Amino acid sequence: MPSDTSSTDAIRVENLRFAWPGNPPVLDIKSFTLARGEKLFLRGPSGSGKSTLLGLIAGVLSPGTGTINVLGNDMARLSAAARDRVRADHLGVIFQMFNLVPYLSVTGNVTLPLHFSPARRKAVGAHPDEEARRLLGRLGLSDPAMLDRRVSDLSVGQQQRVAAARALIGGPDIVIADEPTSALDADARDRFIELLSEEASRTGAALLFVSHDASLARLFDRAVDLAEINTAGVTA
Amino acid sequence: MKALFTLAWKRLLNRRASFLLTLFAVALSVALFLGVDKARTGAREGFGHTISGTDLIIGAPTGSVNLLLYSVFRMGNATAEVSWPTYQKLSARDDIAWTVPISLGDSHRGFRVMGTDHAYFEHYQYGRGESLRFAKGKEMDDLFDAVIGADVARELGYETGSPLVLSHGLGKADFGSGHENRPFRVVGILAPTGTPVDRTVIVSLEAITAIHVGWESGAKNPLSDSITEDMIRSFNLTPKTVTAIYAGLKRKGTILRTRREINTNKGEPLMAIIPGEALAELWSVTAMAERALLAVSIFVIAVGVVSILTSILTSLNERRREMSILRAVGARPGHIFGLLTLEAGLIGFGGAALGIVIVHVLVLIAGPIVMQRYGISLGGTGPGMTDLITLLAVTGASLLAGAIPAWAAFRRSLADGLSVKL
Repeated sequence: MPSDTSSTDAIRVENLRFAWPGNPPVLDIKSFTLARGEKLFLRGPSGSGKSTLLGLIAGVLSPGTGTINVLGNDMARLSAAARDRVRADHLGVIFQMFNLVPYLSVTGNVTLPLHFSPARRKAVGAHPDEEARRLLGRLGLSDPAMLDRRVSDLSVGQQQRVAAARALIGGPDIVIADEPTSALDADARDRFIELLSEEASRTGAALLFVSHDASLARLFDRAVDLAEINTAGVTA
Repeated sequence: MKALFTLAWKRLLNRRASFLLTLFAVALSVALFLGVDKARTGAREGFGHTISGTDLIIGAPTGSVNLLLYSVFRMGNATAEVSWPTYQKLSARDDIAWTVPISLGDSHRGFRVMGTDHAYFEHYQYGRGESLRFAKGKEMDDLFDAVIGADVARELGYETGSPLVLSHGLGKADFGSGHENRPFRVVGILAPTGTPVDRTVIVSLEAITAIHVGWESGAKNPLSDSITEDMIRSFNLTPKTVTAIYAGLKRKGTILRTRREINTNKGEPLMAIIPGEALAELWSVTAMAERALLAVSIFVIAVGVVSILTSILTSLNERRREMSILRAVGARPGHIFGLLTLEAGLIGFGGAALGIVIVHVLVLIAGPIVMQRYGISLGGTGPGMTDLITLLAVTGASLLAGAIPAWAAFRRSLADGLSVKL
């Protein structure tokens, strides 16, 4: 799926309305954009519809009405398979916790997206494991002994950095991080965001960082409060 | 596809205990199925190869399977015999080229003793028309000469020249009821044939009569111990009856007419059977039991395959997270479906392959013992078409069984999206 390189926005959402079947709308967003290379902090408490919004942007949910444009691809018009392809080629995702596949090694987890995206596999070159180790090194995980450990034996902070390396491998255009630091202490949290931002800048990826913790907003280019742009549930 | 294969394989290795248990369940079920099948095929081939070149077997009226079993396989006993004059009349028929009289009923340390004459060595054939060969020695010449089968020689440690004592009736115990004063001598040892001949002691028809001198009433005459060998040699030892007769025809085309004429013989009632036909009848009797056994073993395989399904289905909940991670990194729902189906297929394939290996190792180990005990050769049942078909069928069934949990995961991965509430 070639992305439209002339588009200046990484993500552009317009007039989006979404409701789960038989329920009142959870999302009603007039406009929301993420520029290419931008680092955006999206504040959203749980229950604000942020998981639904991320699912729509990532293409695992089928949009209701409105436009969701990801790198020039109109997700509302694409088939489920085509949306999966956009995600595989252009998006990296970091979850709140339990990011790793337990039966794969550390590097196996980092290189996982390459199995599903020929484009990213090509971008990485002939030695994906080396690239994985390089990324892990940049994120402060250079200890070779660590690479041999079972992923379930890693600390939460280490696991999140492995997840970050996985989100960044193969140079995706957008990294989505959904509360990735909520299980970390304050020091580890700031350090994690710093490293993630640095690597995103280096590869030119836009970063959409979602958290309920407004105090993190200072670490980003721009901050948006989901409650302010989402008018669903607001009684007129 | 290769990526899914790698993932499925790594996941199975990671869950080694449950993977191996399920694998063994499938392997044992496949081994049982193939074992039953090989025993069946081996028995059929073994029985089918026991007699060839004989057109008709003639005996006193009984069931045709029964006549076949006691005359060829030395199983069970004849209920009636054919008189000597009738045998002579049959031999003289124009359409019959040769006859072999056999007389059964005695045993030597658990091996059957068979009385016959030179014609047996000339006309009896087994396998694909092979004749008997002597490993050592020659045919009997004297009244008290005996020829023994390969197993008899091996198990009892007999050589040519060894003396042996024949007892009346069957059974290993020769004490008291035996014909202790009738010592025989081994003059020949036959090469192994893989047929009941290997487990037979062969003597002349006259010898059978001789060992019964003094037993005419059915019990031992107290005076019989005083009868010397020389006295026996002076008696008229022409047999009064024979148990059965193998016959070869001059022209095969007359076989049905000859059989009908013998079956409707005026005077002494007789029965003639065509060995192949009687074998077919025997198989139709055993086919029921075979089918029941095969059905049971197929059900056992089904249980094995269901255990694959169960092991994957029960793991689905704990793997929900894993599925949404795979989705997040770009896996399509189809990939999730493929991954789980592939896991089931890998277990099924591995289990079936292991089962085939187990069966063939068992055949290698147990084959000689089965051959010795039951005369059934499992040797000719090396890896073949049945194994391949079983491997493919079990793998296919496992893939199908895997499709059930795979479908559940497929549906769930569509509904879950990226966020899993744990």
